[in-house]
Amino acid sequence: MMLSRVAEALYWTGRYVERAEDTSRLLDVQMHALLEDPWGDEETACVGLLRTMGIDDVEPPVDLAATTQRLAFSAADTSSIAGAWTAARDNARGVREILSSEVWECLNGTFHELAGFERSSARVGPGRFLRHVRERSATVSGLVEGTMPKDDAWRFLVLGRSIERVDMTARLLWVGLHGTSPSWVALLKCCSAHEAYLRTYRVAPEPGRVLEFLLLDRLFPRSVFASLVQAELCLEAVEPTSGRVGVQDEARRQLGRLRTDLEFHRPADLVADLAEVLSDLQTTCAEVGRLVAAKHFRADRGDSWEVEAG
Amino acid sequence: MGDLFDGYQLGAAWDEYFADVDVPREATRGVFDVLSGFSGDDLADRSAALTRAFRDQGITFSLSGEERPFPLDLVPRLIAAEEWRLIERGVVQRLLALEALLADLAGEQQVLKDRVLPRKLVLSSAGYTRAAHGITPANGVRIHVSGIDVVRDAGGVLRVLEDNLRTPSGVSYVLENRRAMSRVLPDLLSTHRVRPVGEYPARLLGALRAAAPAGVNDPTVAVLTPGVYNSAYFEHSLLARTMGVQLVEGRDLECRDGSLWMRTTAGRQRVDVLYRRVDDDFLDPLHFRGDSVVGCPGVLNVARAGRVTIANAVGNGVADDKLLYTYVPALIRYYLGEEPVLPNVDTFRLEEPEALDYVLQRLSELVLKPVDGSGGAGIIIGPQATEAQLAALALSLRADPRGWIAQRVVQLSTCPTQIEDRLSPRHVDLRPFAVNDGQRVWVLPGGLTRVALPEGSLVVNSSQGGGSKDTWVLADEEVPSELPPPGPGAPPLVSGGLPQAAGPVHQDQQQ
Repeated sequence: MMLSRVAEALYWTGRYVERAEDTSRLLDVQMHALLEDPWGDEETACVGLLRTMGIDDVEPPVDLAATTQRLAFSAADTSSIAGAWTAARDNARGVREILSSEVWECLNGTFHELAGFERSSARVGPGRFLRHVRERSATVSGLVEGTMPKDDAWRFLVLGRSIERVDMTARLLWVGLHGTSPSWVALLKCCSAHEAYLRTYRVAPEPGRVLEFLLLDRLFPRSVFASLVQAELCLEAVEPTSGRVGVQDEARRQLGRLRTDLEFHRPADLVADLAEVLSDLQTTCAEVGRLVAAKHFRADRGDSWEVEAG
Repeated sequence: MGDLFDGYQLGAAWDEYFADVDVPREATRGVFDVLSGFSGDDLADRSAALTRAFRDQGITFSLSGEERPFPLDLVPRLIAAEEWRLIERGVVQRLLALEALLADLAGEQQVLKDRVLPRKLVLSSAGYTRAAHGITPANGVRIHVSGIDVVRDAGGVLRVLEDNLRTPSGVSYVLENRRAMSRVLPDLLSTHRVRPVGEYPARLLGALRAAAPAGVNDPTVAVLTPGVYNSAYFEHSLLARTMGVQLVEGRDLECRDGSLWMRTTAGRQRVDVLYRRVDDDFLDPLHFRGDSVVGCPGVLNVARAGRVTIANAVGNGVADDKLLYTYVPALIRYYLGEEPVLPNVDTFRLEEPEALDYVLQRLSELVLKPVDGSGGAGIIIGPQATEAQLAALALSLRADPRGWIAQRVVQLSTCPTQIEDRLSPRHVDLRPFAVNDGQRVWVLPGGLTRVALPEGSLVVNSSQGGGSKDTWVLADEEVPSELPPPGPGAPPLVSGGLPQAAGPVHQDQQQ
């Protein structure tokens, strides 16, 4: 049992922290790929990167500095790292009595460091900042696991994180699909999956296997499949159904359908069907977000006033 | 004298640390000895660490929409055991008299019939509200939490400066200050026997549960906050967290079927006790200000029906009206048949024509306070006011003598306070917090010591450039109970992994 407002704030805290982490990894990897690629076209790569995050209103010329500024530090925009972290912290601030003190202090302390990092990265580049954000996000996850009971608060945090992870991974794969020269190594690195991939397949990255790994691997914690399963578990625990048939909760049904479609997709067809698969992932994630909000965050909001008692 | 105390000037005010130049008082000798060994840099380093810790933890207050760490001064204020007993007795006595007054006003109004208190005073009080009538608290308590401000005058006498019976704030700083001091200055704390403050949330929860409507066995308590933009949001959140109860906003609540409910992911859940940190005016738009968005429509009717307890009770404002303050010593005699333990500060009632004339001639020597103000708002300190301010003030006083009281300037006592790399005397007050569970009134040992940071300033409110100090009530010498005998020791730790170079032979090793 928890307040609807609290559930919503926790869900978004989970989403925004994950978004900050994934964006920082994406930016870091793409920046290095570009710098190391002697034939790379800066503008094309940057436009592609921004599109990944749903940004297509940037005035040309789009160069690396402008892209970094936009994706790392534009505090008012939740698609940037600083913006996402600020939003996570603002949500957490309204529910800090639910979070453990350690989780809150990690979110809040990092928030207070943002301005300093923006100044220092103008001099020494954003590398240290990007790494720091990932470490702090990992700290948040570790503290959530280590200091919070696995009750509804934990579930809404993890639900948000899982949904965001599916959405962000789908975005990354779009880059791979539409980018000029999709570097499958870079793609794996964006998901911190390169080493795990190599240990699993023991061959150089190739499209079919990379997609299979990022979409379907049951053991890798950042795969789409693993994230969908985690999200389903959270939703199930939030509202355990005692019925013998089917699933009552529409959000869970959608997630389950998505997971099943993916699970039974012929791995060999993944490359050919990628556009369709990704589009299904993203629209379903958005729909699940809406269903969860309608059910858990805004349920029972019909305001009624008590009339004068006798 | 060490570096830190170099040039420490004793003024006209009573100093909490020094009886005379270089002569520390008995209670402060220990702290003086430790601090004398510190350099200015030592203190500055610890102070910087503290500011950062406070910022990261979000221990802040909002000033004009900006979050600021609440400044904690590292030099504690000490109160000897004997003196604390006096303050404790005085606070409890005052509180009981004021509880009796509120119960009387809501019922028979004998105090008005006996002409101890003028009827006009009560009816004209901004805090007096008809809405409070007919709400009978289940355990008789209306002032669950109070903050009765105590100051020490130049003669060393402790006096009550004002009563705060509505939603007194600041207790979170008491709790956090102590936690911070034990981290930043463990060497200082460990040399003293200081009474702990950590049981406050448990005491508060106990009092709130005890206040539940009759027939509720396992009451649900919630803390009502106006939201994250409120200046005391940090405190609301801390209290909810340390009591383990829900922190709710007005939009999380609804009144339906005669009860108060919070909206949760599992449907509605009933609230039995609402510890509200929202002023009366904003609590229920059906009864008070209709434009309030931080309250809950209908909650007053639920309270009147005895289905929820609102703490502190609605209508307490009449008892901490600053004009009523002047009658509290008389009320203590009337209700309790006792002499006040802690005297008031000399105060003029401006509705008495002679007093008004007297005050108007001496505006530049007096302190003028609006009767319904809190947080130091609207206070004018005569000696520090400009001619124009005093002229405007005279007009206000003539127009609305009921709206003001005048007090002689109290030279609040001073306490060494870190200013740059030295310690200098700054004025302090004290807000002891008392929790009433209906059986007994418990006073948190110490309370919030606020300090006015600008030189010579007598205004300690955080909104006016005030900071705070940890308040140490020294415990009596005897240890309360014997320690239990040590039990059997735990088994030794187990190691493994890499071959151990020279591990103790009795521990298990990987073979």
